[in-house]
Amino acid sequence: MSQKPREGKRSQVEYLDARSGEGTAGALEELHKQLLLLPPYRWLCSAIAGSGISPRGLLISTPYIWLLLFFLAPFLIVLKISFSEYAISQPPYTALFELVDDIYVQIKLNLENYQLLFEDDLYWRAYLNSVKIAGISTILTLMVGYPLAYGMTRAPQRWRLALLMLVILPFWTSFLIRVYAWIGILKKEGLLNLLLINLGIIDQPLTIMNTDTAVYIGIIYSYLPFMVLPLYASLEKMDDTLLEAAADLGSRPIKTFWQITFRLSLPGVIAGCFLVFIPALGEFVIPDLLGGSGTLMIGKTLWAEFFSNRDWPLSSAVAVVLLLILVIPIVAFQKLQEKDKAA
Amino acid sequence: MAGSGHEVRKKWDPWNDPQEKPHVQLLSVSKRFGDFTAVDNIALDIYKGEFFSLLGPSGCGKTTLLRMLAGFEQPSQGQILLEGSDMAGVPPYRRPVNMMFQSYALFPHMSVESNIAFGLKQDKAPKGEIAQRVEEVLDLVQLSSFAKRKPHQLSGGQRQRVALARALVKKPKMLLLDEPLGALDKKLREQTQFELMNIQEQLGITFVIVTHDQEEAMTVSTRIAVMDHGRIVQVATPTEIYEYPNSRYVAGFIGDVNIIEGRVSEVGESHLNIVSEQSGCGIRARHAVDAPVGATVWIALRPEKLVISVDAPADTTTNCMAGEVWDIGYLGNLSIYHIKLDSGIMVTTAQTNRTRDVERPITWEDRVYLTWTPDAGIVLGQ
Amino acid sequence: MNKGLSWFTWSALIFGFSFLYLPIILLVLFSFNESKLVTVWGGFSTKWYAELFNNQGLLNAAWVTLKVAFVSSSVATLLGTISGVMLTRFSSFRGRTLFTGMIYAPLVMPEVITGLSLLLMFVAVSLDRGFLTVTIAHITFSMCYVAVVVQSRMATFDHSIEEAAMDLGCTPGKTFFAVTLPIILPAVVSGWLLSFTLSLDDLVIASFTTGPGATTLPMKIYSQVRLGVTPEINAVSTILVGLVATGVLIATIISRRNDAARLRDERLAAVDP
Repeated sequence: MSQKPREGKRSQVEYLDARSGEGTAGALEELHKQLLLLPPYRWLCSAIAGSGISPRGLLISTPYIWLLLFFLAPFLIVLKISFSEYAISQPPYTALFELVDDIYVQIKLNLENYQLLFEDDLYWRAYLNSVKIAGISTILTLMVGYPLAYGMTRAPQRWRLALLMLVILPFWTSFLIRVYAWIGILKKEGLLNLLLINLGIIDQPLTIMNTDTAVYIGIIYSYLPFMVLPLYASLEKMDDTLLEAAADLGSRPIKTFWQITFRLSLPGVIAGCFLVFIPALGEFVIPDLLGGSGTLMIGKTLWAEFFSNRDWPLSSAVAVVLLLILVIPIVAFQKLQEKDKAA
Repeated sequence: MAGSGHEVRKKWDPWNDPQEKPHVQLLSVSKRFGDFTAVDNIALDIYKGEFFSLLGPSGCGKTTLLRMLAGFEQPSQGQILLEGSDMAGVPPYRRPVNMMFQSYALFPHMSVESNIAFGLKQDKAPKGEIAQRVEEVLDLVQLSSFAKRKPHQLSGGQRQRVALARALVKKPKMLLLDEPLGALDKKLREQTQFELMNIQEQLGITFVIVTHDQEEAMTVSTRIAVMDHGRIVQVATPTEIYEYPNSRYVAGFIGDVNIIEGRVSEVGESHLNIVSEQSGCGIRARHAVDAPVGATVWIALRPEKLVISVDAPADTTTNCMAGEVWDIGYLGNLSIYHIKLDSGIMVTTAQTNRTRDVERPITWEDRVYLTWTPDAGIVLGQ
Repeated sequence: MNKGLSWFTWSALIFGFSFLYLPIILLVLFSFNESKLVTVWGGFSTKWYAELFNNQGLLNAAWVTLKVAFVSSSVATLLGTISGVMLTRFSSFRGRTLFTGMIYAPLVMPEVITGLSLLLMFVAVSLDRGFLTVTIAHITFSMCYVAVVVQSRMATFDHSIEEAAMDLGCTPGKTFFAVTLPIILPAVVSGWLLSFTLSLDDLVIASFTTGPGATTLPMKIYSQVRLGVTPEINAVSTILVGLVATGVLIATIISRRNDAARLRDERLAAVDP
């Protein structure tokens, strides 16, 4: 019975060992030592040791340990490095903890990175601009997505599943490719300009590529399914007799739409907006490929800081602040979801 | 033993026999979930071959009690003994007890046959024996021709029977049934109640059933435990529960009842005299509770035990309430009358419609008299 | 009233779905263009596909990507399934809140941060970057998606089915394999597929965590895309889109057939006495 998972676990460890030999084992041991500084990891280790390690308990704790090692620990390292100084060395930052006389641990907290983020307008403008771009594109996505979701719920019953499928399908195909597809359309000698000029609507090609407009289009396009699905879900479960009741009571269709349909679909609207806004805020690929040099977005800034300037402490600080900004919408979203469930 | 045929069953009352050892014993069992006490200090004996009902409204702790018998919950306090041995710490998969779930909990990915064979396979029974016993039990529940079907290919009633067969095939010492008929429609439910009773009598297994349906409990049980807020209020046979409830709660929960408040005025050898302003008359009832003169008591009167008449009886001072017909419900076999007494309280009576045409039918606003015999009223204390 | 809506419905659907599909259709179309210019139609040709199969760098990257996707989605499915079961069936263990948080956080974490943090950790423990590190990174975020998919399946199926198995003499461990796993298997499979496509698709995290010799296909495509649109990239994209679309379509058709069969069975069963 519990034979199977145990084998799974063993082969995974063997796999790790086989891949990189002694280096990995040493690295893992080093990691283990560092992680013992963390209370949750320590609890876990003592819990495993104390309980006499049942194979089932070990199996169950694997995902927990995995996430501690590869999610929580890396994040704490980011936090740590964000407080250290840039140095021309390998790795390019100074140590935060130093042993003094082998007894005291000296902590050198360096707040300069954070100070820079607030002083240099490149950074705070990038944050503000990300919020602006994510916000505007969320509203635009809602404006494109709402009619689509509404149309889907008005379509004949037998089509609906197929239509839903068609909305989900692009989500499974490569994000990068979907963004790439727009380059050919939006660029100066691209298909859109070609079409508009041939139709005689414009004389001079429009400059859309490498502007904020292109970024908006990219975000709307990429995140449209995230908006349509919750909207569709909330519109679908709406009772049609409500509309009939409103009409019966003398309400005109447009008014009925605002007072009944839209109001009742608000949970879907809110869910959709958060699902677009949150990932759009830290987006990298879209502003990088479609935006211009003037398109400031924080994901792009972080990437440049890391890969071009190789300033690891500063990019860590950028990441920490970005997360702090993200916490606000995420917590708000969770609160709303809980309220929804309670109602 | 339940035995076969009705003559044996009539005399069969092991709970009155001090020599008989209980099959299952609950010794002051309590179960708490955090601050909430689901089961509160219950003591109960169930005898071999009984069809025992746990009856009560939802949230009264009856399902928790059943789950403790099955081993899904451990008592916070107290002991559960099965044939004298303590069940504490014995996991569900090692208990000689099987359960039929309210949702039936059939394995959706297995055929009827494999569902039923599942329990036997866990015991590593030989293949031939498994096949034989599955066939037997399928025959018992009349599903032999459905052996190869999957649960979703069955109707509700058939699924219910598969669940029963699956729980019976291991020949458990005790079968626990959690609202076994709750999902069936009324007609099928009534029919299945009798099937369940037949199967129980044939196999002689102890059945413990949880239900909120008092009619169901009355029909199938040897004894009923009425529960409220985690406690057992009364344990008795269906007849006793109906005719001699021990509290206003039980009287009200099983069947319809009129409850009238009064004060004891005289304590006789076998009877009590009660003054009651609500009824507007003196009440004479059989002695049932220990109540001194002056104590407040309640008299429970079943609607069918009251006789309605437009003519005043000879004695209007004892066991005779006068009032006005407020409402009439004609149910075909019965007529229900709501009478507003002179004191203002409402009383219900039910009369069998024995003849087609009544010479002078009782109608709205008629002044009527309700009478009953001293044996009909039940005196209840606090 | 219905007629008035119908006009609006039609235009909303047509506009919405053209917006979703036109770019992909154009991309596919121009992968068959004879001309190197993406905007000028020079006649039908499959020469870009032929060229693709001579591009060793691209083929190597594709092979690396497939390997990473296969290994990472398999491990992620294992870990994610355990996590999903833990979240629904183990109501209290030490650090449950932390664990739940760690399952959900990667879903909303910007990729740049996930990538950066993993890279910094690999550097901190001086683990050489390459195939192993990308795979670890992909497992970490994929397992959270699997966990959520499995968890939602676990939450909707009747817990008493597991209790019934235990009641019939099955130990908890055996119950998992005999009853729970077969029931949640569709969710586990879709979790695997989801992890596989996520891994196939990932550019940002791979760029941070990979090293020399383990360049993935999205990285390769990205570096070429930055230089401009080429029919060759269109061809790669077409193949990728085609593969995924076929897979998803087949999966949908199979599951809808099963649903239809099931519905038919249930209708038949309702007629039976």
